[in-house]
Amino acid sequence: MDISSHDVLIIGGGGAGLRAAIAVAEVNPRLNVAVISKVYPMRSHTVSAEGGAAAVIKTGDTLDDHAYDTISGGDWLCDQDAVEAFVQEAPEELLRLEHWGCPWSRDPDGHIAVRAFGGMKKERTWFAADKTGFHMLHTLFQTTLKYTAIARYDEWFVTKLLVDDNRVQGVVAIEIMSGKIQAITAKAVILCTGGCGRVFPFTTNANIKNGDGMALAYRAGAPLKDMEFVQYHPTGLPFTGILITEAARAEGGYMLNKDGYRYLQDYNLGTPQPKPVLRSMELGPRDRLCQAFVKEMEKGRTIKGPYGDVVHLDVRHLGEKLINTKLPFVRELCLKYQNIDPVKELIPVRPVVHYMMGGVSTNIHGATPLAGLYAAGEVACVSINGANRLGSNSLPELLVFGARAGRAAAEFASTQKESNGIILSQALDETKRVEAQFLEKTGGRERIATLREEMQKAMENGAGIYRTHSSLAEAAAKLRELQERFPSITLDDRSRTFNTELTAAVELGFMLDVGEAIVQSALHRTESRGAHQRTDYPKRDDEKFLAHTLIYRNADGSTHGDYLPVTITRWPPGERVYGQPAQAAQAKGG
Amino acid sequence: MAETIKLEVTRYAPERHQAPTSQSFEVPYRKDWVVLDALNYIKDNLDGSLSYRWSCRMGICGSCGMMVNGEPKLTCATFLSKYAPGPVRVEPLRYFPVVRDLIIEMTDFMAKLRSVKPWIIREEEKPLSEGEYLQTPEQLDTYKQFSMCINCMLCYAACPVYGLDPLFSGPAAIALAQRYNLDSRDQGAEERMGILSQHAGIWGCTFVGECTRVCPKHVDPAGAIQQYKLTAAKEWFKSLLMPWGAK
Amino acid sequence: MVQIAADALGCQVKPGGLSGTPSHTAYHPRWYRERVSTYWWLWKWRYLKFVLRELSSVPVAYFVTLTLVQVHALSDGPQAYADFQRWMTHPVFLTLNAISFLFVLFHTVTWFNLAPRAIVVRLRGKRVPEFLIAGSNYAAWLVISAAVAWLILRS
Ligand SMILES: Cc1cc2nc3c(=O)[nH]c(=O)nc-3n(C[C@H](O)[C@H](O)[C@H](O)COP(=O)(O)OP(=O)(O)OC[C@H]3O[C@@H](n4cnc5c(N)ncnc54)[C@H](O)[C@@H]3O)c2cc1C
Ligand code: SF4
Ligand code: FES
Repeated sequence: MDISSHDVLIIGGGGAGLRAAIAVAEVNPRLNVAVISKVYPMRSHTVSAEGGAAAVIKTGDTLDDHAYDTISGGDWLCDQDAVEAFVQEAPEELLRLEHWGCPWSRDPDGHIAVRAFGGMKKERTWFAADKTGFHMLHTLFQTTLKYTAIARYDEWFVTKLLVDDNRVQGVVAIEIMSGKIQAITAKAVILCTGGCGRVFPFTTNANIKNGDGMALAYRAGAPLKDMEFVQYHPTGLPFTGILITEAARAEGGYMLNKDGYRYLQDYNLGTPQPKPVLRSMELGPRDRLCQAFVKEMEKGRTIKGPYGDVVHLDVRHLGEKLINTKLPFVRELCLKYQNIDPVKELIPVRPVVHYMMGGVSTNIHGATPLAGLYAAGEVACVSINGANRLGSNSLPELLVFGARAGRAAAEFASTQKESNGIILSQALDETKRVEAQFLEKTGGRERIATLREEMQKAMENGAGIYRTHSSLAEAAAKLRELQERFPSITLDDRSRTFNTELTAAVELGFMLDVGEAIVQSALHRTESRGAHQRTDYPKRDDEKFLAHTLIYRNADGSTHGDYLPVTITRWPPGERVYGQPAQAAQAKGG
Repeated sequence: MAETIKLEVTRYAPERHQAPTSQSFEVPYRKDWVVLDALNYIKDNLDGSLSYRWSCRMGICGSCGMMVNGEPKLTCATFLSKYAPGPVRVEPLRYFPVVRDLIIEMTDFMAKLRSVKPWIIREEEKPLSEGEYLQTPEQLDTYKQFSMCINCMLCYAACPVYGLDPLFSGPAAIALAQRYNLDSRDQGAEERMGILSQHAGIWGCTFVGECTRVCPKHVDPAGAIQQYKLTAAKEWFKSLLMPWGAK
Repeated sequence: MVQIAADALGCQVKPGGLSGTPSHTAYHPRWYRERVSTYWWLWKWRYLKFVLRELSSVPVAYFVTLTLVQVHALSDGPQAYADFQRWMTHPVFLTLNAISFLFVLFHTVTWFNLAPRAIVVRLRGKRVPEFLIAGSNYAAWLVISAAVAWLILRS
């Protein structure tokens, strides 16, 4: 077996990973830092973020405003010290990206332009046309090329964290191209592996978002935090999960059920007007729109499509001219990737899983409770997102906490000795496991695709937009069953060369663990808050649950939980601004 | 049974095959399915050993480029219906070494990308505390088009010059160099010129123009190369006329 | 430490990074490299068109030589020039010149169509549309050709 070693190893080449790598290189250029990623870094999912990145830069806006929007949007489950650090450092980080060449959209006078974004009460969202994530990721990636200290393992897949002496000391990874399995040791490891949307059947997340990092940390003994908080977006295309932005509704699009009826009026979301009204009907908060969809489905008023139930988003009445000038990107996405022309046709949409608020528990410096292990980006939970992430907060989060984790890991690595030898025998064991369980296995009849589909369905039914004790218990039982069937999956592909079925199998294993963490966390939070809606406990319960869920995995695969109080600095819990009263007031106003 | 369409997919397993062969699959035909969906159907239901790259299925990650009926395409943005009633031929991108099935090897591009220094080069950095570099929308517009490259490699697969001379920097790398040259914040044009004005840099291009035609993001790499040639020629003349001239 | 343990396990430790030169090339099984066919330019009309344009340099060179020969004949006196003119009426030269003319025309047109790609003109921050740049080239071409024609045909 080959081994290579580094001072700091970063798993993941998305926005968070690349920012962390540069941070390490800048803190201490003598440190040997490497980025390992299962896809070429510029393919990472950060690339598909469209909307923008929030940071206070304009006069008239304040850090406190940004903090308050974030905290109230997160239904008071955010750690306020983390939020304060976040809003403070976000402008600086976005500026740094500007200095590195990010083509931010500009005002006529050459200053950075900002725009409004759902949930932000002031205009503070920086954007690079409608491809913000793409430009951020490519700018970061191209900038890393400048640093010769940053080594890269492109298309290497991490299967395990090596832990000894209660300290993470490296990883085992497969070089996908050759099938070589080897150990990469490091004095500090930073997880930047992104989210886990693929645990659900309908998601905006790419094929690579399988919660790998969450499972890696979880298996290594680190706790996952707030895993029950999964954000849905109300209007994704079914099947592909492509996101149709809020703009389509803001310009005046209608949401219609199977009778062509604007059903949102039945859910206390105002009365239908021909023109869009802020915060009413189609422009109500995301979670309320998602919930209305479920209710319509229960009433049998949704449309049965080839990929399950949908409702229609109708923009036809806006006319071709307005669609082309105001919503060109929406039309392009529909035409290019779904073969639908919104000028003439109804767009089938449904709520889709969009973002994971929970993740590997870290402190404000990105450190997890496990020594030597750091996490940043969507994989981590600091938490600034609380029970519900605000749109355009997660791109700056990648930068702020990517940089913080990078600096902290660099400091830690500088004080550590080389890893010890015991982990190498662990690495050999892992190699044997991968070979025995997948590549050289005989017997077994389960197909990856079948198990994956069953898992996704169980998650949607049990831990979807609405949850109850019985739905969650059912999902938990189903996931247990799938865990038991998992060892008997069989691969068609036994090649060592670019075996994508092998990586899919390992990913399925990760997803099952992450799915269980979500379900177990949701089961124990007997309240409704933000994205976690329990029909059997419809009220927020600050007495018992103004706390983060921590979930640990026991050696036998079972779980145990714990709660960690939320850090409150200056903003005592209040009514969520997005809630009903704000709505009613708005609706009354017209 | 619903309508189906036939896919002829390149298979190559280096351990077993001397050269790539083609295998036929019958997959459901649907209006909203792209070629990539058909490949996923094959992988999930017919043959799990088929290897190809993909991720976003929304034309932005750049992983899913393949030859579809002889043309380089993003398979996530290419509908089956375009090729009905079939068959649809799916092959790995041309001119690249084939690793396995539909997977090509692209470290060559990664090295070339780095060699053109695709980052902001400045004599002096402005401190963050002084805010952003001002850049008007017009200035942004001069390089914007070249910054849209998703590194999908379709242009390389369309470029016979790259096929004949693998040393040629190629369309995307040059377009990205030009992206930084034209950025009002950058001062590295001269440094990059040294690399690109070598024979295999820009002069390798004989303007076939196919790269621009196949580019899914309208980057116009051919335009970038021609502009670059013009600048290089001007520089050369200048240095000829004023060998001692001020920079 | 890692080294010692690695030796014990019979492993090999590689220091440092991989950036730039991927280490897996040596490790890797065979890649398949397709040789570019000698006839690649026949695959597509676009490729063929491109090769034809490259080829058009031969007729251009031929016209240059012809002009030199013509000048030479002119300087050798009326007899030599009359001979030259007589050769030019020979069918072989007529066809050769016709074909060459077509090639040169092709070269010119493709060259002008290309011009807007290389020359980006901006007026008040807006990019001047391609057809205007190509169009101005064509216009200049027409005017110059007309002027030359007028000069020659005047007498
Ligand atoms: C469609 C869409 C639109 C969005 N729009 C916005 C927006 O407008 N504003 C906003 O703020 N946020 C937005 N988001 C959210 C935001 O884009 C993501 O949260 C963020 O990009 C995640 O970045 P990351 O660096 O954490 O992970 P990613 O970019 O997902 O990168 C993960 C990295 O980890 C690597 N990796 C994973 N597993 C392994 C493994 N086992 N071995 C090796 N490597 C591994 C991958 O290769 C990849 O490089 C959007 C998200 C989506 C899906
Ligand atoms: S220039 Fe166009 S075709 Fe070439 S890699 Fe970039 S996006 Fe792809
Ligand atoms: S899958 Fe991302 S570009 Fe096609």
